[in-house]
Amino acid sequence: MRRMLSCVALALALAAGAAQAQPTPDELVKAVMLDIQRIIVEDKELRSGDRAKTIRLIEQKALPHFNHVGMTALAVGAHWRKATPEQKKRLAEEFRTLLVRTYASSLSAFGDQKFEFRPLRMKPEDTDVTVQVRVLQSGAQAVPVDYDMEKTARGWKVYDVRVAGISLVVNYRTEFGNVVRDKGIDGLVGALQAKNKSLDAAPAGEQK
Amino acid sequence: MSARSLLLALALLAAGCATNGDPRDPLEGLNRGVQAFNDVVDENALQPAARLYRNVTPRVLRDGVRNFFNNLDDLFIGANNLLQGKPVAAVSDWTRFAVNTTLGLLGVIDWASDMGLEKHNEDFGQTLGRWGVGDGMYLVLPLLGPSTLRDTAALPIDWAGDPVLQHTPVDERNALTAVRLVSRRADLLEASRMLEEAALDRYVFLREATLQRRRSLVYDGRLPRERPPVEEGEAR
Repeated sequence: MRRMLSCVALALALAAGAAQAQPTPDELVKAVMLDIQRIIVEDKELRSGDRAKTIRLIEQKALPHFNHVGMTALAVGAHWRKATPEQKKRLAEEFRTLLVRTYASSLSAFGDQKFEFRPLRMKPEDTDVTVQVRVLQSGAQAVPVDYDMEKTARGWKVYDVRVAGISLVVNYRTEFGNVVRDKGIDGLVGALQAKNKSLDAAPAGEQK
Repeated sequence: MSARSLLLALALLAAGCATNGDPRDPLEGLNRGVQAFNDVVDENALQPAARLYRNVTPRVLRDGVRNFFNNLDDLFIGANNLLQGKPVAAVSDWTRFAVNTTLGLLGVIDWASDMGLEKHNEDFGQTLGRWGVGDGMYLVLPLLGPSTLRDTAALPIDWAGDPVLQHTPVDERNALTAVRLVSRRADLLEASRMLEEAALDRYVFLREATLQRRRSLVYDGRLPRERPPVEEGEAR
């Protein structure tokens, strides 16, 4: 009996440890967003829109929580299956770079924003959830930001972001589909590369 | 230009431009032309005005102006919520209007939001959508921007329900309309810059975003979502 009790205690302790190591998706989103916000508020260069530094911040703090390969697969849609592993790798890399660049130019505004984190009601066996955040701005309608997340071996990962009801991957799908139809997968890789180059050459930010 | 020659010109434009054959956008060639025209107006008139407005006014004034116009919208938003069978939301909208118009000094201060009365987004196009009317084809309207056939058809009702557009005398109405336009454009400066950066083809990106946004609004944000990727990490 005693031995059984200690086994139960051990199992409970392990479960608690596991729970601590793997936060629920809504806790994760909240922790990451508030962490990034705190870093921006405390850093003058980030607040004034230092681009290189902002990009590093996103890569270190936000990107690890995204399944960017899965996002790319959803955005490319039906054509993804036809791509070679090498093409998939390059597509995912270029798409990831584009998203980071785009995100970077909006991040300096992050410091002033207030977030409302909606509690997530999920069952323990759920592997696919939506975490809802609302960005509150003084005097304007709150902007809903939904993170679609799935449970993976490496923890919960974001595979789509919906801002004001606009899904990122759905929005890119038609665009990507048009390019693939006209120029093939390699054409899409090239188009993304060219886009990323142009963003690096002339970082928007001259007009605030 | 007579109505007939205008129609002819539009038809030629539509026929002459290559399209991608998207079934939701049969007038793509024409729409692209209108968007190019809108962009010229935006870059040369509206955007500079919005930037100037943002540079010369303090934030508290801009917040007040935004609140003032948003408050006027709440009346018609409530009416649309009622038409969509959401009386509780309608009462909330009208309460917002009553609170903000009185305590909030003609709407300049948004006390209602602090009291927990949420701001809604409704218009007659959404009401038609709720009644089962589909989007119809995608349209880019001169000066007014991206829309759909359904939302365009709803515009006269929206205008009729807009206290600013119904205001007399006309010169005051025009001044109010101009201030509101500049204020709203100023709020979108960041978003439009992001659009430039994010899009491979700005026209397609804006169209997809508009169609998604409108659909989401019709369903008040409760839409089925994307399925998770099957091939997690496959290409890493």
